[in-house]
Amino acid sequence: MEATPARHAEQHPNPTWQGIPTPKLAVWLFLASEVMFFTGLIVPYLSLRYSTPNWPVAGELLSVPLVAFNTFLLICSSVTMVLAHDAAENSRLRRAGSLLAATALLGAAFVGVQAYEWAELMREGITVSTHLFGNTFYTLTGFHGTHVAIGVIWVLRTALKALRGGYDHDHLGIELAGLYWHFVDLVWIILFTLIYLI
Amino acid sequence: MAVAQPVDHMPLAHEKELPFIRRYIFSTDHKVIGRQFLFSSLFFFFFGGLIAMLIRTQLAWPWREVPVLGRILYGASGNILSPEQYPALVTMHGTIMIFFFIIPVLSGAFGNFLIPLMIGARDMAFPRLNMLSYWVMVPAFFIMLAGFWVEGGTAAAGWTSYAPLSALPEMLPGSGTGQNLWILSLILVGSASIMGAINYITTIVIMRAPGMHMFRLPMTVWSLLITAILVLMGTPVLTSALLLLLFDRTIGTSFFLPAGGGNPILWQHLFWFYSHPAVYIMILPAMGIASDVISCFARKPLFGYKPMVFSIIGIAGLGFIVWGHHMFISGMNPVLGITFMTSTMMVALPSAVKTFNWLATLWGGQIQLTAPMLNALAFVSTFVIGGLSGLFAAATPVDIFLHDTYWIVGHIHYVLFGGSLFGVFAAVQYWYPKMFGRMMSDRWGRIHFILTFVCFNLVFFPMFILGAYGMPRRIADYSGYTYLAPLQGINQFMTLAAYLLALAQVILLVNFFVSLARGKKAAENPWQANTLEWSTSSPPPRENFHALPVVYRGAYEYSSPAVAEDWLPQDRALEQAERQPAVEPAPAD
Repeated sequence: MEATPARHAEQHPNPTWQGIPTPKLAVWLFLASEVMFFTGLIVPYLSLRYSTPNWPVAGELLSVPLVAFNTFLLICSSVTMVLAHDAAENSRLRRAGSLLAATALLGAAFVGVQAYEWAELMREGITVSTHLFGNTFYTLTGFHGTHVAIGVIWVLRTALKALRGGYDHDHLGIELAGLYWHFVDLVWIILFTLIYLI
Repeated sequence: MAVAQPVDHMPLAHEKELPFIRRYIFSTDHKVIGRQFLFSSLFFFFFGGLIAMLIRTQLAWPWREVPVLGRILYGASGNILSPEQYPALVTMHGTIMIFFFIIPVLSGAFGNFLIPLMIGARDMAFPRLNMLSYWVMVPAFFIMLAGFWVEGGTAAAGWTSYAPLSALPEMLPGSGTGQNLWILSLILVGSASIMGAINYITTIVIMRAPGMHMFRLPMTVWSLLITAILVLMGTPVLTSALLLLLFDRTIGTSFFLPAGGGNPILWQHLFWFYSHPAVYIMILPAMGIASDVISCFARKPLFGYKPMVFSIIGIAGLGFIVWGHHMFISGMNPVLGITFMTSTMMVALPSAVKTFNWLATLWGGQIQLTAPMLNALAFVSTFVIGGLSGLFAAATPVDIFLHDTYWIVGHIHYVLFGGSLFGVFAAVQYWYPKMFGRMMSDRWGRIHFILTFVCFNLVFFPMFILGAYGMPRRIADYSGYTYLAPLQGINQFMTLAAYLLALAQVILLVNFFVSLARGKKAAENPWQANTLEWSTSSPPPRENFHALPVVYRGAYEYSSPAVAEDWLPQDRALEQAERQPAVEPAPAD
């Protein structure tokens, strides 16, 4: 009688709490620490920006339409990610794999456009060491871009695994990649607003 | 029906066949990783202590030739400490003791070893991540140590590395490569901490044994859980700040450099936003440990278990809104100063709840003055002095006088040495039998305790007096100031006491290693304690428990009327009595 719960636990190698398995909780915790990491970058940016007179107007230095398009790409990638997860839930793994690949492709395009934007800016003579504007712009977009690049690799691996039929038992792996991807997307929406729009 | 768990149910039983390197070096076993953290952090404890002796020597006899060590360390300057080396020593002492000793020994060593055992799990939720967390610490050790050999020596801007001192390579000899290494090393240590925190939280939330409700967890586990949340939410901000500092130093940004429009105060805000919670990262686990040890050796239930839990949560929550009290003289808006002063003083409330609960636990208990208990009692008493001295520093008008004096040095040492370190001593001696399967000598433990406790107070209490005199911290030679010159006698006294304090630690070291080989074999439950780690063999098998335990009650059922013994393990099933608890005494034995 007493041993039943123990044996029950032994037979389930992946324990959960309120239906949350360990990897999912870990990814949420990791994202919480990422929120604090970006907070530690955004707060200095805001504090320096609003204590500096004559902060450059973003629209005069940066190409807002180009980056708005880039933002659109990233939002689209979140949509394909949601569709991929939905397909996996309905056990349509090939469809999920293709949608994941599309997500990674859109992410890679985002990084590409950002690299183009950086190159253009540098050609105009605005580098990371020019003015606090350059300091904060390159730091914020650079750390975010790195996160997207890591996400592209992660999603690509997930896509390959899905195409090989790797998620036929459970699709937790797709969900976890999705959590990270949406987080990175959300951070960009905040950064885009703070750097380019206001 | 029977509690039958044959070998094939132990998922990790085949571990014994693993080669040496997988079992003892790149092991995923939380117990091995915990011991790895213990050994390496104890090494750093002695290393950091040695640096402290050099600092004390300089303060007692400024610019005197140092006999043996001087030839090794200061050979270039004629066996005498050079003015540039003193801040480097202070920086390294602080950095090593905080980031390489106290945090790793509490969260790394005891967090790793105890969490799965105390919650009744086979291992951490992510054993490989756990291993990675240790092996990210190791390069950090070496990167920090490499600073001693690079040009200009180690970082010298203090463990707080205030900008612009730390942000401009030309500020100090150690501000060159040494400072870069310091930054890289801390980023690695921080990453290791975050990995550990994710693992600990996930493990505690999800992997608890059947029946182990959150409010049946021992205080040690609660404190480690809350500590992990502080690490998770605080450390990334330090990582951002360190990266920005590194950029200022290497790629020409000026976040913290006024010349480029940046703001050095910004570094202080970011640094203390992490480092004030870090103070609680260093003390909360010791509080949990002291709670468990005191309850066990008072043979009484912990007084006010839930208030103890909520006060830890309260301290942690307040910990995030008090960082400005480190910056009262940075020119902050006085209104903001009052806010930080108020929030800081509120920390005294949950701290007082804890203190009075410890006292109430002791009240009327059958106190056994073993070495772990003595250290836990020392924890409580010195924590009170450390905490109360903190209240002085929290009051803005008083702090304006006390800031950057030896008062602050005394305060931090009463909290971190008197608090955390006595907690560590208690933990080492309390869990040693479980970690190594042998008992440490309690007699030598008590001798070590008495010497340490006396010398500790002789070294650090005078610091409050020095601080009240206005002696600044981080000063290599105070004898040139007429108002400080008379303090040399008291400084020499403190230094002699510090030497004794260091020698007393040799007793601990010898006791620790001799007991490894010669100690009495430990029984399963030598302290007759209730928590789950004592219901498995000493040391536990690879998979921790022969059968996963089922938990029936909280961790503090000492002297329960329901059983004849004065302890009642969490996993012991009672026939009837347990279901109608303690209202009427169960038919004894």
